[in-house]
Amino acid sequence: MSAHHDAHHDIALARNDGLKPGDVLLDIRNVSLAFGGVKAITDVSFDIRKGEIRAIIGPNGAGKTSMLNVINGFYTPQEGVIVFRGRERRAMKPHDAVAQGIARTFQNVALFKGMSTLDNIMAGRSVFMKESLFWQMLWRGRALKEEIAHREKVEEIIDFLEIQHIRRTPVGRLPYGLQKRVELGRALAMEPSLLLLDEPMAGMNLEEKEDMSRFIIDVNRQRGTTIALIEHDMGVVMDLSDRVVVLDYGKKIADDVPEKVKANKQVIDAYLGVAH
Amino acid sequence: MVGQGSIRGGIRREEHRVSGSDASFDTFPKLLLRNAERFAGRPAMRHKDFGIWQTWTWAQQLDEVRALAIGLQGLGLTAGDRIAVVGTNRPRLYWTFAAAQSIGAVPVPVYADAVADELAYVLDNAGVRFAVVQDQEQVDKVVGQAAAIPRLTDIIFDEPRGLGDYDRAHLHDFADVQEAGRKALAADGSRAAQWADAIRAASGDAVSVILYTSGTTGRSKGVMIKAAGAVQAATDTSTFDRLTADDCVLAYLPLAWVGDHYLNYAQAHVAGFCMCCPESAETVPVDLREIAPTFYFAPPRVFEGLLTSVTIRMHDASRLKQRMFNHFRGVAAKWGEAILEGRPTPLPARLHYGLGELLLYGPLKNALGLSNIRTAYTAGEAIGPDLFSFFRSLGINLKQLYGQTEAFLYVTAQKDNAVRADCVGPAMPGVDIRIADTGEVQFRSPGMFSGYFEQDEKTAETMSPDGWVKTGDAGFFERDGQLRIIDRAKDVGKLSTGALFAPKYIENALKFFPNIKEAVAFGDGRDFAAAFINIDLTAVGNWAERNGIAYASYQELAAHPEVYRLIGENVDETNRRLAREPMMAGAQIRRFLVLHKELDADDGELTRTQKVRRGFIAERYAELIEAFYDGSAEKRVETEVTFEDGRKGRIRANVRIADAHVETAREAAP
Repeated sequence: MSAHHDAHHDIALARNDGLKPGDVLLDIRNVSLAFGGVKAITDVSFDIRKGEIRAIIGPNGAGKTSMLNVINGFYTPQEGVIVFRGRERRAMKPHDAVAQGIARTFQNVALFKGMSTLDNIMAGRSVFMKESLFWQMLWRGRALKEEIAHREKVEEIIDFLEIQHIRRTPVGRLPYGLQKRVELGRALAMEPSLLLLDEPMAGMNLEEKEDMSRFIIDVNRQRGTTIALIEHDMGVVMDLSDRVVVLDYGKKIADDVPEKVKANKQVIDAYLGVAH
Repeated sequence: MVGQGSIRGGIRREEHRVSGSDASFDTFPKLLLRNAERFAGRPAMRHKDFGIWQTWTWAQQLDEVRALAIGLQGLGLTAGDRIAVVGTNRPRLYWTFAAAQSIGAVPVPVYADAVADELAYVLDNAGVRFAVVQDQEQVDKVVGQAAAIPRLTDIIFDEPRGLGDYDRAHLHDFADVQEAGRKALAADGSRAAQWADAIRAASGDAVSVILYTSGTTGRSKGVMIKAAGAVQAATDTSTFDRLTADDCVLAYLPLAWVGDHYLNYAQAHVAGFCMCCPESAETVPVDLREIAPTFYFAPPRVFEGLLTSVTIRMHDASRLKQRMFNHFRGVAAKWGEAILEGRPTPLPARLHYGLGELLLYGPLKNALGLSNIRTAYTAGEAIGPDLFSFFRSLGINLKQLYGQTEAFLYVTAQKDNAVRADCVGPAMPGVDIRIADTGEVQFRSPGMFSGYFEQDEKTAETMSPDGWVKTGDAGFFERDGQLRIIDRAKDVGKLSTGALFAPKYIENALKFFPNIKEAVAFGDGRDFAAAFINIDLTAVGNWAERNGIAYASYQELAAHPEVYRLIGENVDETNRRLAREPMMAGAQIRRFLVLHKELDADDGELTRTQKVRRGFIAERYAELIEAFYDGSAEKRVETEVTFEDGRKGRIRANVRIADAHVETAREAAP
């Protein structure tokens, strides 16, 4: 009866990958990426540790989104090494990234507009669905049982993100801020060990930004999910993240805790001091 | 002193006590013990969580309350202490009421959306030692104001989310408190019996709850309600509306408001019915539909919102559906109320209405969650006659009541089948009403308050020496014995021409238009009446969309010339209505403006119950009021606004002042 209240505590933590908080989860070593003759990333190295919120910032065109695409396997860098959970890799497909526990959201919302919030988040669970298409189509027996178990996880996420009121609403009808939240929900449904957020606060008003910040912190603290985020809004980044890496013209110019980055002369010149 | 003579409630007090409810059940914990026995396996509480309705029976509810009460005792809560309850409608917060009352402590519910210093004021004024709050947001507010609440020692929270790294020395998880209670009960076999014995021995004369007024005028005051009176009042009204354990309600009204404490908590304990707590404030429409309550209360603005959304959706429907809707709406308008009230109607009309029920009224009521309503009430503001008739014509038994916190809600209520839009009904059973020479309505009732908490001078202002409560409302009795409220007694003024100026009357006449969400009228001591108007963003926004008017914000839409034209038509129509009433014809609206921002409780412009604070608004927008009377056609203003977290910003606007068409006195002549 009252047990459901305690379910808040039971939300599955990030998958067990044998790492302790503070261990290096992802290591980027001397990565370079070019599109034809255009160098998007030049010899960048940094790491992401388990349990932290890591920000990647920089002015427009600094190579932030390219970096994110390298991390989740969408782009394959020409040079450099990426070590994820102790395993080195060079080329990887996005679905391999998902299987390895990397989930992401996009700068522009990429949801199934005609489907409800519930179905969109449920889609995030498909990576765990084991039953054959045959049973799923019959929607009986094991497939039904499996669906119920996944639905329970999805309901936890809906509760967590406070989107109960739009459970049945087609996401295309939702305002932008809520669509972003649904997208976060779908990424969470994959129970990622690394969550990549591409400008989660772009285009939001102050109140929506505050809500989103709180959800990001909660995802990190309550669910223990490691987060790497790209963000334009400096104030938000400095408040949210544990460590910040700064890119400018595809090169790393700083990598430190927010206070130090804020005081860094090069960062101020390249980014903060220059109107853009 | 007494104008029209005192009118005694229809039935004498001795005759209408509920059978089976004798003096031995004069507190809510006593009723809880009774219900746990009498309705043991029946639902007492439901709450939608993780998408599923969770249910507690009366026996289980007793168990939850007992564990909490013992746990709270373990933390040091004792008889006479005050304990704040802050949050939305959650089973655990309702249990806190009963748990506190069971050990002689007094619960003090506080509005969940109160800003931090309002919250601190109430907590300090009530001298609370404990606060049971819903979540991190409320914990932050209380902790942030801790210095202003010196007597507060411990905070208990319902939802642990986000509170992981808070200092837990004086911060407790609700589940842990109950767990400690359960352990104490298991360790000492006689503890439960002692607890129940203490409940049975408690006096009904003790204060049961302190409810803070919403503070339309000045700081809010703590209204003390005694247990026996509260139970008696709830028994009277449960009898009046024949409420039983088979009824069910959706508890969605603010926890701190007398209406919620009365209609849900008090009546549920007396009648033994089930209270259902919505999943969240935003899911109320869906939850309402799933629960389909039999007893329902909503302020007029909720009904307004429902009608607006229905109308808008019909505008977007196919032509066939529109025609069907309009046709059967007409049928309902003609016959619906007569059929609802059981008046004789011709058979063809009944058949026609029956077809409408099948095709329109039934599905519509189902979509709105109003299919099972036996009794619905509205109160708080005047309700537009068309709006009122619309819902009644669908077969919903919507009635009006009049009440206030000091009465523990009910003063008057309409009987089934004796209902009209402009009145609030005769005195409730057990309630005495008199009209003072000043026109003020005064009453005595079983549930009436015993005084304001530690504010004797305020109590003396409100309660006459011979024990009548002054409502502050001006009103009179109609010939059929129903009370009619005109306005707040102190707000009724005069124009410099000598014409009567009743601002609320004018505001209500304006607000009956779906385009107008809020209005504030000015004119006392001035040459003419003028009004600020807030447009309804849903209704006007939809109209703008259909008419190809682009806008990016409330401010932009409000200033649009076409919107001024639209609102101007509504104001002119209001003037025509006012002109028809001899008393009001002199105070027609000569000038108006559409305000550049929505009136907001966070800015102090509305009370937490969404009533306009006219004095405050007059001060804040003094420049605009001056512009009414110095003939300006436009005025540039800068206004400070408060965001939800207490931060401030400024908005600037050029506000246009428009002239309205005033009806000639010819029509107004007696």
